[in-house]
Amino acid sequence: MTTLAPTPGQTVGPFFGFALPYDAGSELVPPTRPDAVRLHGRVLDGHGDPVPDALLELWQPGPDGRVVQRQGSFARDSYTFTGWGRAATDRTGRYRFSTLRPGGTPPYFAITVLARGLLDRLFTRAYLPGTLDDRLPDVPAERRHTIVAEADDRGFVFDIRLQGEDETVFFSYTQD
Amino acid sequence: MDQAAISGEIEAIAEAYQSSGAVETDVRLDYPPYRSSILRHPTKAPHQVDPEGIELWAPVFGHQDVDPFEADLTIQHRGEPLGERMRVTGRVTDGDGRPVRHQLVEIWQANAGGRYIHQRDQHPAALDPNFTGMGRCLTDSDGFYRFTTIKPGPYPWRNHHNAWRPAHIHFSLFGSEFTQRLVTQMYFPGDPLFALDPIYQAITDRAARDRLVATYDHDLTQHEWSLGFRWDVVLTGSHRTPLEEDHAA
Ligand SMILES: [Fe+2]
Repeated sequence: MTTLAPTPGQTVGPFFGFALPYDAGSELVPPTRPDAVRLHGRVLDGHGDPVPDALLELWQPGPDGRVVQRQGSFARDSYTFTGWGRAATDRTGRYRFSTLRPGGTPPYFAITVLARGLLDRLFTRAYLPGTLDDRLPDVPAERRHTIVAEADDRGFVFDIRLQGEDETVFFSYTQD
Repeated sequence: MDQAAISGEIEAIAEAYQSSGAVETDVRLDYPPYRSSILRHPTKAPHQVDPEGIELWAPVFGHQDVDPFEADLTIQHRGEPLGERMRVTGRVTDGDGRPVRHQLVEIWQANAGGRYIHQRDQHPAALDPNFTGMGRCLTDSDGFYRFTTIKPGPYPWRNHHNAWRPAHIHFSLFGSEFTQRLVTQMYFPGDPLFALDPIYQAITDRAARDRLVATYDHDLTQHEWSLGFRWDVVLTGSHRTPLEEDHAA
């Protein structure tokens, strides 16, 4: 069996705004639903300045930890949870998702980061607050907090720092 | 900063890569000739993990999400868009050549004059009232996507003085796992702007860069109607289960 060479990535560029974000893309569930949680935060560059032209994608299991395999992310019907969503950052570099608390052991939100100036997509994980250190990936202790969301009154806060002292841990995946 | 200075930086990086003897298959994140990347690339190496849980799965998209008409970018308005009509098609597979079936492919592009409909595009070329430049489709059971569109024009940007992007179509692809997510750009054969473009050249390996260039295919060209281009995509990433491996072997 041959192994084919991967197709390389390229930046999403500045002009994705008319093409990739869509109505209710960031609302995996309606924010008015009683069990809705908000996952929100900022995307920041190496100077700590907001990145207003980033695009985040969220992929997560339901609260029971099960992976959802249902269509409808682009045609939300307010009842079907698909586990996937997409949110562009605003002028102040902020993004927000309305979603459900993920299950799993340990639970985390899988996040893809795209932006103008970012030549390839990045992957990270936002673990829930209080996740024990020994359940986290084996990253240096001083960087662990960059992959753990903080709690707020309506859900979770997760900032993404593309570069700098508190740079978010981004992941690459082993292949066999 | 003019093109000669940027080209000098591009060439210096290319020479260092060639003399290193290493083989890179990905685009570099840290590529200073692309000025916007300077403050937006991680400086630490990615942390390598085994994909687990949700990462071993991809979101599902279907006919509820995508209308088949969205694969034709030339019929979204009352009239025909300006430009060279063309079909772009290809196969999406994983690294072992297995098709990525029934999965979402999104594209977006400038019009024939090199202008995006995006409000931040200030290039003083005409908008085309008959062209939006956004399309979507699902791959078929053999992994093939098919779009009908027009050839986008090259366009200026502000990386440096007199900077122009080679003509390209932006592609967004999902695999059968989260880890295979790919956003990239497809180019056209023989573009004279290739050597000058710091985004394309951020893939330092010549063979890897070539993988982003479509092939003109006369068999896809239709009599008195449209030109045909073929571009295949390989999404790597880890394999889902040992079981599936066994089946494939
Ligand atoms: Fe572009």
